[in-house]
Amino acid sequence: MSDIRLMKGNEAVAHAAVRCGCDGYFGYPITPQSEVLETLMELRPWESTGMVVLQAESEIGAINMIYGAACTGKMVMTSSSSPGISLMGEGFSYIAGAELPCVVVNVARGGPGLGTIQPGQSDYFLATKAGGHGDFNMIVLAPNSVQEMYNFVFDAFELAFKYRNPVMILSDGVIGQMMERVELSEPLPRRTDGQIVEQMRSWAVTGKPVGAQRNIVTSVQLDPIVQENVNHRLQAKYKVIREKEVRYEAIGCEDADHILVAYGCSARISHKAMELARDAGHKVGLFRPVTLFPFPYEQLDSVCKRAKGFLSVELSAGQMIEDVRLAVGCRARVEHFGRMGGVIHSPNEVWQALQEKLLNR
Amino acid sequence: MAEELVYKKPRLLTDKDFHFCPGCSHGTIHKVIAEVIDQMGMENSSIGITPVGCSVLAYNYIDIDWVQAAHGRACAVATGIKRLNPSKLVFTYQGDGDLAAIGTGETIHAANRGDNIVVIYVNNAVYGMTGGQMAPTTLLGMKTVTTPNGRDAKLHGYPFKVGEMISQLEGVCYFTRQSVHTAAGVRRARKALRRAFELSMEGRGLSFVEFVGTCSSGWKMSAVEANKWLDENMLPFYPLSAE
Repeated sequence: MSDIRLMKGNEAVAHAAVRCGCDGYFGYPITPQSEVLETLMELRPWESTGMVVLQAESEIGAINMIYGAACTGKMVMTSSSSPGISLMGEGFSYIAGAELPCVVVNVARGGPGLGTIQPGQSDYFLATKAGGHGDFNMIVLAPNSVQEMYNFVFDAFELAFKYRNPVMILSDGVIGQMMERVELSEPLPRRTDGQIVEQMRSWAVTGKPVGAQRNIVTSVQLDPIVQENVNHRLQAKYKVIREKEVRYEAIGCEDADHILVAYGCSARISHKAMELARDAGHKVGLFRPVTLFPFPYEQLDSVCKRAKGFLSVELSAGQMIEDVRLAVGCRARVEHFGRMGGVIHSPNEVWQALQEKLLNR
Repeated sequence: MAEELVYKKPRLLTDKDFHFCPGCSHGTIHKVIAEVIDQMGMENSSIGITPVGCSVLAYNYIDIDWVQAAHGRACAVATGIKRLNPSKLVFTYQGDGDLAAIGTGETIHAANRGDNIVVIYVNNAVYGMTGGQMAPTTLLGMKTVTTPNGRDAKLHGYPFKVGEMISQLEGVCYFTRQSVHTAAGVRRARKALRRAFELSMEGRGLSFVEFVGTCSSGWKMSAVEANKWLDENMLPFYPLSAE
């Protein structure tokens, strides 16, 4: 029997955490994502599934609790918004360096600095290029609906454990705060400690069986050759991720002369802008990267092979546009449009920008 | 006459050579930890967290499962492990730079929450690994590479008695200050550590076990001089707990 409800994206994340068998959530309040922690505290999953929920003293505390809990092979997640995500950067680097699975939800807001509490998409670079120090990548999923906020928690955990890598769900204040219909799936049971030992003992810290080999989770290698080998291993993993885990959605792109490229809330807004353009007789498509790392470079180029102009629509000064340019090279015109600092562009503004920057040139 | 074995290396100390300098307290404290875990039969249920600093490589020497934490974050890491694995003995091993400077926030809040972890805190009044810089715990007048004229309260503030502060928090069940620079001290330390581990497994709250230690290299002294200096300078300011 289906369980259909009306809820916010942030609430959907909390329900997904409980229903996907998550073992622990550690978080710190910050607008516009606090409903994740609040909903979990209302759901009281420690009484049903045994999932631990803890309000940490800071985002730094939260991400290090995640690091510790992830070391034990458990399914753990946190959520925050842009300034808090910056604070977690050290932890992302350690988690990636130590090759641990975890899920991080960023309900992004306008920046820089303390910025605004309204939606933003200016954490694209942070999420996809520079989550912290050192050569590492997080897998980045970008939901554009409340249903995807729910579904992607499941997908993120699957990817996190498949690759033993941090996975970020890069959302924004629109998707986190808006209410939509969402279908909740049947709850999955949490793994038992016995199952975790059986499945994860090759690397996880679960208490060393007497006489057996101890496990050490670390990201420090004092010998540079050993550290370089770690880096080679990480890069080999990222290569596989780039080859196998690209996800995107293409709407009306095959025959389009012009393409709107957008993710998250900008994809929803651009969808309407695409309809306005088509109503006016223009062949315009919408290409939505669902994974931002790995970015669908080849797919964007091949699916939109007829297109002679691309408009990267993002609530930022233009961050994803760099990847759009990498994807299509010099064969087409690539422009950017986006409001910033918490201002949300309207479909009409996107449609106007499309005309000014591409159609009427 | 038949030989009688009266002492041997603890079973849970590995054969790896210590990287510690001669006269450093870490090796002895490692030995005490290995002994107590073995005595308590907790080899298979112990998870240690190493800090950033000289003891970052403790996992090379004590044969249990280990996690290496970011600088200062060990108590948050321990909280994450213990909350999801309450049947495990979870302890951090941190120096005074790691715990009393960059990690103060994580330490205080783990203590205030009463997380059932053991914090092993080694206070030798300097940053050892980075070369003997001033720590929050450096004594007034004490010379380090970043206080070449001695620590001046007007410029650097005062030496930080973390243990006394932590012990005021409701979530802390046990605070003790020990040293391992004498044989009697080692015996007392072993007892204190065992008590901390037991209280933790009883779910009584956070235990804070401070070791006043030497850093012969950072202090620029011989092992013997460092022990003497500890007695004459460190212990009057950081007094050991009564038995």
